[in-house]
Amino acid sequence: MAVYLHADSSKCSGCKACLVACSLAKFGVNNPKKARLAIIPKFPAPGIFEVKTCTNCGTCAEVCPVDAVKINEKGAYYIDPNECIACMACVKECPEQVIFTHPDYPVPFECDLCGACVEVCGPGVLWIE
Amino acid sequence: MNGYGGKILRINLTTGQISKEPTPTHIAEKFLGGRGFGIYFLYTEVPRGADPLGPENKIIASPGPLSGTLAPGAGKMDFTTKSPLTGGYASASVGGHLTAELKYAGYDSIIIEGISPKPVYLYINDDEVELRDASDLWGKGSITVETELKKRLGEEFQIATIGPAGENLVKYACITHDFGRQAGRGGVGAVMGAKKLKAIAVHGTRDIPVADPQALLRLGTEAIKACKASEAFEVWVRYGTSGVTVWSNEVGAFPVRNFQAGALEDYSGLSGETMRQRIVITDKGCFGCPSPCGKYSYSKKYSIYVEGPEYETTALIGGDCVLTDIEDVAYANWLCDELGIDSISVGNVIAFAIECFEKGILTKEETEGLELRWGDPQVVFTLLEKIARREGIGDLLAEGVKHASQKLGENSEEFAIHVKGMEMSGYECHNAPAMLLSYMTCDVGAHHNRSWAITYDLQVGRDLVTDDKVDRVIYLQHVRPLFDCLGACRLQWVELSIDLGLYPPILKAITGIDRSWEDLMKISERVWNLTRMYWVREVEGFGREWDYPPPRFYKEPVTYGPTKGKRMEWDDIQRLLDTYYQKRGWDKNGIPTPEKLAELGLAEIVRIGV
Repeated sequence: MAVYLHADSSKCSGCKACLVACSLAKFGVNNPKKARLAIIPKFPAPGIFEVKTCTNCGTCAEVCPVDAVKINEKGAYYIDPNECIACMACVKECPEQVIFTHPDYPVPFECDLCGACVEVCGPGVLWIE
Repeated sequence: MNGYGGKILRINLTTGQISKEPTPTHIAEKFLGGRGFGIYFLYTEVPRGADPLGPENKIIASPGPLSGTLAPGAGKMDFTTKSPLTGGYASASVGGHLTAELKYAGYDSIIIEGISPKPVYLYINDDEVELRDASDLWGKGSITVETELKKRLGEEFQIATIGPAGENLVKYACITHDFGRQAGRGGVGAVMGAKKLKAIAVHGTRDIPVADPQALLRLGTEAIKACKASEAFEVWVRYGTSGVTVWSNEVGAFPVRNFQAGALEDYSGLSGETMRQRIVITDKGCFGCPSPCGKYSYSKKYSIYVEGPEYETTALIGGDCVLTDIEDVAYANWLCDELGIDSISVGNVIAFAIECFEKGILTKEETEGLELRWGDPQVVFTLLEKIARREGIGDLLAEGVKHASQKLGENSEEFAIHVKGMEMSGYECHNAPAMLLSYMTCDVGAHHNRSWAITYDLQVGRDLVTDDKVDRVIYLQHVRPLFDCLGACRLQWVELSIDLGLYPPILKAITGIDRSWEDLMKISERVWNLTRMYWVREVEGFGREWDYPPPRFYKEPVTYGPTKGKRMEWDDIQRLLDTYYQKRGWDKNGIPTPEKLAELGLAEIVRIGV
């Protein structure tokens, strides 16, 4: 069974510290718009934060036409920027919609299970197992 | 400039002109950001004697260097303006996600000038800035408008908006953001309304430039872990500010019946536990907050979703108006949010009106047949609607308790609970000299957030009127508002007791500038003194008398609760002020001396900004 970043959305308060930590850890910048997980607020009703994380399902690797999606030492899929042709097939096909893009980067990016987000989550929403 | 967006956005609503200026480095060094920027631009750009609701007044909306970063609670933004409620300095901070989004769009302040000929909203999408027609949104409630704008623009946009109260120039109208967060105090919403600015919508995608990203990740994570390790963490997150309600009753600090009593006879219906069990559906945090005090609720009784009620609303609309069912308070809270009214001021106003009715100063004729009674939720709901729309008695009450009492006469000024024209926050302090001094000397009026000194009163003996209480008030008035300059929340320090020493290294990792707490305290003292000079400049005859508390606190003893029979002595009030002024380096009339202004590097600003 794949190791992945789990999220209990019922505990999320929507603070986005996880997104900032992700951007600092993975890109060395302070910008939650470059994070590899997502928080979707649903307000004013029903008043919940939906946390979307990569479940390591492998769809991205399956649909990649150039095999640019690889597996790292933690067992997480990642997009190799040197091989990616930015066709966006993985972005389109990701069932959780957690492969992201940003105008500053030519290729998409996804969670590689670094765990920086888990460290800063106050309510204990996130864990990796 | 590391830690800053880099630009000031200037919007002239009269001409429609939009311009961008580089953020002045020397101002960032001297005033940090947030309310520091606010008072600097207010003092230097808004001419003396400007009508708060006229075109010369400005709204300055500013994040700070910690906003939007990995510092704990980096979600605070300041709105500064000349207050239509008090005629002096107003600074209202709001949590949520607006401040971070503005930084990601690259801005350190928005300076809003003039008056638009028609209702508009300000659209900011990184560099793309426009004034858009808001005619179809005018007249609508704040939550309704936020929902509508997110639908039109996208969930990523952060929205700040006013409701009907702001449009109708209710003097204590607020700005609402993030479905129930408010820049509440001093009437910033009325200034937006006067400018015909319905909302601000912001979306940004940029990095905040950071001096040392790896250090920020490490230090920010460390500070957040310190929050999580705090003994108070679990209880604080469970109840947020509503955890204070029972304590406040038990120590006699809960305002009841227009601050006549210090406790409710039965407060179980308002306790944090009751609230959590009956209505809370989720915790809701501001940007970067590991310890969310926001509680998002659903009231089955009224079929409404509402953020809160937080403590202040429970105290002023619950205790002070004697509503004892949390769902009644929650619905009143929702009305405040949708109508765009500061729940602290309006709770005071309604309690004042009920007492006036009880004493025969207001009659059924003046209230259009409405019998104003303690503990009647329909009275509160009806008055909220009337005030927001300035209907009937609501027109007078929309002016605040100071103005209303002056107009009504019949000795009602004796029980109009305000300082400098701003209604008092939710801590009864007939028998809490440090807290009373905090209210008396607060830079916006009787507001609690600059110095929450009541715990110190309880700790050292609440009857005591001692110099160390003055020291404590001044210390708190420097530390707590500093967070509003930094653009972060103070509650991780206040409520979770994390080490203040955690912050300067984070600030250094962000800005690259090494500052000690002593350096930061000096900046805060500079801001405090400039705000004081703003009052001196704007209010004719401003001085000692403006720091006096409401007569109720020294003339009438508490009628119920553990402090029953207690009141302040007039001589003690004078002594507190003498000591406070002397310790601050102000003269006996409470005016900063030229020497103090020179010491803080303010002499030139004060000389020019006249």
